[in-house]
Amino acid sequence: MSDKEIINKIKKIVEPYVQRLEGLKNFQEETDFLNDLQINSANLVDVVLDVEDEFDIEIDNDSMEGMLTVGDAKSIIERKLMTR
Amino acid sequence: MQEILEQLPYSDPFLFVDEILKIDADSIEGSYTFSANSEFYKGHFKNHPVTPGVILTECMAQIGVVCLGIHLLNKEDDDKRKAKIALTSTDMEFLKPVYPGEKVKVVSTKQYFRFNKLKCRVEMFNSEDSLVCRGTISGMILKNKYEE
Repeated sequence: MSDKEIINKIKKIVEPYVQRLEGLKNFQEETDFLNDLQINSANLVDVVLDVEDEFDIEIDNDSMEGMLTVGDAKSIIERKLMTR
Repeated sequence: MQEILEQLPYSDPFLFVDEILKIDADSIEGSYTFSANSEFYKGHFKNHPVTPGVILTECMAQIGVVCLGIHLLNKEDDDKRKAKIALTSTDMEFLKPVYPGEKVKVVSTKQYFRFNKLKCRVEMFNSEDSLVCRGTISGMILKNKYEE
């Protein structure tokens, strides 16, 4: 799966939880879930669970805590996909 | 089950749990009788007391999410037992009125408990066993840094 494909899938997953729609227009690796998209921390849990379902991976607590930006999520997904 | 009631962080006039009827790792059933003397009936509504939806939601959250959450945390370490909790979201449907003095039963099923968030599907039934309210309620355990 290419970087772009992964990022597009992440975008689709986060959309229902985004409170700052402007943040979606410029959706890139640097996009920060809490600040740029204003997804609250409780909904970020739902994002992570949706990521698990979409990519068929399991995300542990440590990975979750390091998932601040779209790029972080992409790297974690790629790592998990490789070791699956 | 008595132990869970003692651990609840609420007291009168904001405790909305009387009894836990059943509990396991995935679900809980509890009951509460709305006291006809509650202050809010004087104003909701004028001359026509009906239990406010926010109070029904609170009752469902206390039984369905907080009591179940305490049960799940009791299996974990001491740190988590002392954790503070917060309501994070509710999505409710109110189907029938609940009048002063009515006894309700709350049934909650865990959807997930992960990354410190407990999300449950919760239903409330009146004494005729008819569904009065249903929805999804989530709560989170706050990390130590948010305490104080």
